[in-house]
Amino acid sequence: MKIAEFFRNLDRRWIFLLMLLSILIPLLFGVRFPESPSPMVLNVRSAIEELPEGSEILMAWDFDPASRGELSPMAAAFVRHCAYKKHKLYFLTLWATGAPLIQESIDLLKREYPGYEYGSDYVNLGFRPGGEGVIKVVVGDLKKLFANDVDGTSLDKLPLTRNLKNIRQMDLIVNVSAGYPGTKEWVLYASTPYDMEIVGGTTGVTAPSLYPYIPGQLTGLLAAIKAAAEYEQSVIDLYPGLADNDTAQEGLRRMGPQLLAHMLVILLIVAGNFIYFWERRKGVAS
Amino acid sequence: MKRTLPLLIAAVTGFVLIGAHFVPYTQSWGEEAMIWFDILAAIAFILGGANLVKLNLQKVSDRRAGWGYAAVTVIAFFLTLVVGMAKMGVHPSPQFAQFAWSGDYVQEGSSFWFIYQYAFYPLGATMFALLACFIASAAFRAFRAKNTEAIILLSTAFIVLVGRTYAGTALTGWLPEALQFDNLTGTIMNVFNLAGNRAITIGIGLGVVSLSLKILLGVDRSYLGTEE
Repeated sequence: MKIAEFFRNLDRRWIFLLMLLSILIPLLFGVRFPESPSPMVLNVRSAIEELPEGSEILMAWDFDPASRGELSPMAAAFVRHCAYKKHKLYFLTLWATGAPLIQESIDLLKREYPGYEYGSDYVNLGFRPGGEGVIKVVVGDLKKLFANDVDGTSLDKLPLTRNLKNIRQMDLIVNVSAGYPGTKEWVLYASTPYDMEIVGGTTGVTAPSLYPYIPGQLTGLLAAIKAAAEYEQSVIDLYPGLADNDTAQEGLRRMGPQLLAHMLVILLIVAGNFIYFWERRKGVAS
Repeated sequence: MKRTLPLLIAAVTGFVLIGAHFVPYTQSWGEEAMIWFDILAAIAFILGGANLVKLNLQKVSDRRAGWGYAAVTVIAFFLTLVVGMAKMGVHPSPQFAQFAWSGDYVQEGSSFWFIYQYAFYPLGATMFALLACFIASAAFRAFRAKNTEAIILLSTAFIVLVGRTYAGTALTGWLPEALQFDNLTGTIMNVFNLAGNRAITIGIGLGVVSLSLKILLGVDRSYLGTEE
């Protein structure tokens, strides 16, 4: 069996090349597929949509450049959705490498929502070390750890934070995380003990461990790029103006490579098993 | 004393935090303890950095295998540290224009931002992206339907892989709704995964309670390291 021999001796670099092509081709040709939001995604959307205009939302961006490809589309979608609803946004991160990713969200607000004013509509609190230790302090007294914003301006001088005592004043926590510290810690140390509403967005690897907290302790969860694409679509359904904004459809764009890459993995599993059973049969026969 | 003092600190802090959760009067004590913890976490960065430098310099000095990589690590560490701490290329914050160092260290256009944007970010993303290649290679070489458990695992993987793309809708859209792959994926995650993970989570929770009590009561001292 020449085919089985071919697969048995296949150099793994061919597999790497196939993976590269399966990602590149849909990206280059702009292959797109329709997405319909799942009930979980709609729960996340409702948590933001049903809040009264101008509600206060804590945006905790706990991820780094390694997972940016998977998480930045949902982070951007959260920001756009909140901006459409004119919510007040408080950005912070528990990851040392996450601070510049907050800046990307700030840049997005400056670029697409020029009416949004720093200090009145949103604030960048930056990074503090300590993981869940930070959460446990900011639920009691935010200014004990965050006396200034990233530019060194005292929070007492910014209109948005002047009367802010702690994060229990927030109407919702939106957390995008790639692991520890992340959604689980916000659920355990902020939302559950103080009965605060929280929605999350995580990588595909992290998501399964967060399902036990849904829906009692975690209102909804966007799991990986698929959920990000569905969320983008669900926000576009509400605000059709976003349909003309290509940068607001990054998740949808990345579903093309995901489809081909998944199909390639399935084909490789089938091919691998074909060789396995062929060799086993040959062994039994000999 | 070398072991008693850390034991006392751990026990007192731990019991204060437990008390702060249940007794409103002691809540501020808990907050104070957590601020100490956050200060220690910041100091741990210095400790981690010193450890990194020490281990890698030893490797370079001994010319052990891969010492060149260790040298790159040390150079990159000091370069980033100096650039970040000196706030090279950072413009003063508009609110405090009279102070040269008042700008944010990750300000766009600064040297630290440049390192982050053009070295750290692409390298991090590359490492994560490489997973796709290794997963594909592993799928070809390791995922075999050898027994019943492996067949169940492969079938689940097949449903989830297809269900997490548009192919799930396109290929199984004609089936009854509950059997369509995107819905089946939801069922796998919301029922089977959830049940398994909840059991694990409860188990971990009980383990954490038990281990925490052992540490606070000084029964488990392994976290203090050995005497020598």
